[in-house]
Amino acid sequence: MNPLSVLVGKAVRRASRLRGGGSALPGLVVERLDPGFMGRALSTLEHGVMVVSGTNGKTTTTKMVVELLEGQGLRVFTNRTGSNFTRGVAAALLGEVDWRGRLNADIAVLELDEAHAVHFVNLVRPKYSLLLNVLRDQLDRFGEIDATTRLLGKIAAATTGTVILNREDPRVAGLAPTVRDAGVVYFGLDPSLRSTFPNDDELRGATGVPAPSDLPADVVLEQVEGNGAVFGVGGKSVPADLRLRGVYNIFNAAAALAAARTALGGAADDDALFASLSAVEPAFGRGESVTVDGQPLELVLVKNPSGFRLGLKSFDPAGHATLIAINDNYADGRDMSWLWDVDFDSLRAAGVDLVTGVRAYDMALRLKYDDVEVRGIEPEIPAALKAFVAGSPGQPKRIFCTYTAMLAVRRELSKITTVEVVS
Amino acid sequence: MSKGTISILQLYPREMNIYGDWGNVLVLKQRLAWHGYDAVISEHNAGDSFPDDADLIVGGGGQDSGQLVIQQDLQAIGPRLRGLAEDGQPMLAICGLYQLFGRFFRTVDGTVIPGIGVLDLETHGGKERLIGNVVATSGEFGEIHGYENHSGQTFLGAGVTPLATVTKGEGNNARDNHEGARHHNVVASYLHGSLLPKNPAIADFLIRTAVERKYGTFEPGEVDDTLADLARRHAGSRPR
Repeated sequence: MNPLSVLVGKAVRRASRLRGGGSALPGLVVERLDPGFMGRALSTLEHGVMVVSGTNGKTTTTKMVVELLEGQGLRVFTNRTGSNFTRGVAAALLGEVDWRGRLNADIAVLELDEAHAVHFVNLVRPKYSLLLNVLRDQLDRFGEIDATTRLLGKIAAATTGTVILNREDPRVAGLAPTVRDAGVVYFGLDPSLRSTFPNDDELRGATGVPAPSDLPADVVLEQVEGNGAVFGVGGKSVPADLRLRGVYNIFNAAAALAAARTALGGAADDDALFASLSAVEPAFGRGESVTVDGQPLELVLVKNPSGFRLGLKSFDPAGHATLIAINDNYADGRDMSWLWDVDFDSLRAAGVDLVTGVRAYDMALRLKYDDVEVRGIEPEIPAALKAFVAGSPGQPKRIFCTYTAMLAVRRELSKITTVEVVS
Repeated sequence: MSKGTISILQLYPREMNIYGDWGNVLVLKQRLAWHGYDAVISEHNAGDSFPDDADLIVGGGGQDSGQLVIQQDLQAIGPRLRGLAEDGQPMLAICGLYQLFGRFFRTVDGTVIPGIGVLDLETHGGKERLIGNVVATSGEFGEIHGYENHSGQTFLGAGVTPLATVTKGEGNNARDNHEGARHHNVVASYLHGSLLPKNPAIADFLIRTAVERKYGTFEPGEVDDTLADLARRHAGSRPR
């Protein structure tokens, strides 16, 4: 144990929060001072560590798994800020450990970015890993989708207990042979829903490699109707009403159910799991809704072509004012090519009120080529948000935004309404 | 009333589409419409018979695994593509197909993947990927804006000219300042973003050439490129 590094880390954490600064800095400090800190703190947990990774849905799925397990009486440690790099985990740990570096929890459920997950599993071997999907995203960082798949393969190989895989994504399901020391459990879709969730090969109309979908799945999403869904669990069909918005989140719920059931072993209380699931609120920025001028305003995070497509499919534009905010900072991805892999036809009837962000003109140009009317362009997010709110009184609003644009939008929203503070 | 119909053929859109390559086809289709022409879009995938009626051919980038899938078919249609290129057919080849339009690709481990020799150039696999925003200048098309992401490094032979000279980024390779290649009416480039939306001069060159070959003369329409100009200006100010 190294109480000194814990105390220094905690002090830095307090100081950086007072400054309103980044959530990962104290983690960086403690990583430098005491590289073994994280492994020690996480190694004592009775139910071990679960890593959640993949291209889309990490934050929401992690939140669901945490709340499902808490509903079963477990004390769960997680990295809630969406700071999904290793140092973000270390920073979150600093907030939770006592001065001796001990964590008061039964299990850790950690959302990790694909590349950082590999770094993490080299330090701490997870008991469980939940691997969601591999879709084109941040190719400026990862180079190729197949390279991202290999990163997930390393997580699977390092897992000691059970790997939970998406049966419908051929790249993820194809990782099963790389699992060395662990069992494999699948979650999946009823065949009638498969066209709703195209895998990456199908984004451009290709049939791709057919997923090995006759594999037995622990949890299957059988039906979706609005926010209601039917899940097949252990041979039974269970209906559920969810507070989460968007079809993609409902498939993530199947992933979370499979992961929670796995971590609980035979001890899962399925009725309580579904009660917890129905109570889960959207993660910040992921279909989160706030109230502005008495009207709902939804934030829909869009990070890559499949996420944007599912976002457009999930949220009917009719009657809503729409703002699209596109940044190209490192965390967003610098390459704008991805906008051309999204079809915006569904916005044609209603048009888009305003586009904003560093790459507002790229977005406006993209919409022009899909014949979608853009009624205004304002690259500065604070000014755009003001104009958007003032320009659509009495109307529900929706903002599609990239990651750093979402952070900027939330910052501005917090000046005019109540936005949940996530730290 | 339509001034004519242009057939756009996409090469291997299933495998070679990785960096928004659809954007190039969409821009050609829409600009043809704005200029007063109809566009018909078709696909050539591995195993298809190669069509006779293409006026404009577009190919994109793929993953290494995708390039393996198309390799055999590409060799089979290679002579047709060479003949069409020599005959003045306009073509756009981006990233992966740019490399395979050359003579060969030698991978890092020494494996030689044959190209189809439409373009006199060779590509050598590198350990580092060249990734980031690119600005390049061309006498023919002015300033060109795009984004590169490739590990192969391409070197031009005497039979082609560079498309542009890089002022920001790397382009064909980390040694010289060339970006892309030009030969007759073939435009080849590493740049996506997609390339054509922010570089309408290249799109209109391909369109004009295709129309002139088919109908003798091209009658352009009024196209407002204000947004493209603004997007270019912002792209040029972004970090690498």
